[in-house]
Amino acid sequence: MGILSYFRQKKHSSASVAKERLQVLVAYERSQRSQPDYLPQMQQEILAVIAKYVDVSPQDVEVKLDEDCSILELNVTLPEKQ
Amino acid sequence: MAEIIVVTSGKGGVGKTTSSAAIGTGLALRGFKTALIDFDVGLRNLDLIMGCERRVVYDFVNVINQEATLNQALIKDKRSENLFILPASQTRDKDALSVEGVEAVLNELAKTFDYIVCDSPAGIEKGAQLALYFADTAIVVTNPEVSSVRDSDRILGVLQSKSRRAEQGGSVKEHLLLTRYNPDRVQAGEMLSVEDVNDILAIPLLGVIPESEAVLKASNQGVPVILDNASDAGQAYDDAIARFLGEERAHRFLDAQRKGFLSRVFGRKG
Repeated sequence: MGILSYFRQKKHSSASVAKERLQVLVAYERSQRSQPDYLPQMQQEILAVIAKYVDVSPQDVEVKLDEDCSILELNVTLPEKQ
Repeated sequence: MAEIIVVTSGKGGVGKTTSSAAIGTGLALRGFKTALIDFDVGLRNLDLIMGCERRVVYDFVNVINQEATLNQALIKDKRSENLFILPASQTRDKDALSVEGVEAVLNELAKTFDYIVCDSPAGIEKGAQLALYFADTAIVVTNPEVSSVRDSDRILGVLQSKSRRAEQGGSVKEHLLLTRYNPDRVQAGEMLSVEDVNDILAIPLLGVIPESEAVLKASNQGVPVILDNASDAGQAYDDAIARFLGEERAHRFLDAQRKGFLSRVFGRKG
């Protein structure tokens, strides 16, 4: 193990996997944290209204809130016309 | 005016109470009048780690409910005349602590103490939020392990949004205390390094406490590990206290122990 592990260096060590996973997760959770509490519910309600008229799935809606200015951006991908 | 320190982590079992006991004792040893408060209502343990479990008569909730005075409830430490412990209540009532009640006790303590160390319960619910709400400074105890680092980041979010200082537009001073660190495993790539954790949490590093047999030995005996001068963990806590008080001290116990030539070649575990 000694010599071999010396050459099998850190790149794929479990610690570096842990660090990569944490960096992704923590960045995501921090972005969620800066959102106002009402955002998820508002997203759902807006989606319910749109779904009344258009056939969309929850995955087709993206809500972004700009941090500094209070601009709400709502993107809905409508299904292609058949 | 006292400085209020919260020892917190989000995750349980990472060493909050061990660290609170060591930090409180360390500050008292340096001449500061220090109060150690156990906020873990229902799961009191600081008394056991401090070795004063048989001297508990009144507790934090008794003081809040005015069933006892603060002086009646405070337990004077046997080893340091500057150190006092306020034990948690063993009640199962989750709402035993209130913001107003905690504030009244902290205000009274602040009149005569230099430092108030709040040992937080695990989690991010009411108990943990109350423990950190009035804090001036937070010591975030983290293990070099994924769930602990994630939970520490969450508790940092709580500190930055739900503490009194945050509500008033200020901020709580944050320190990272990395505990149960095993340099051999870090070198082998099996454990997050202090740099890795620092990269992710990005708060100032107060100290690194090595994984140590001395910690269990100390808790078995009810003696804060910082009093075990000969142990690596005791010395690491002493360094952390010195840094907390503004001294410059190099970090120790970060490097793997050197192995002999034979054990390196054959990879025998040290």
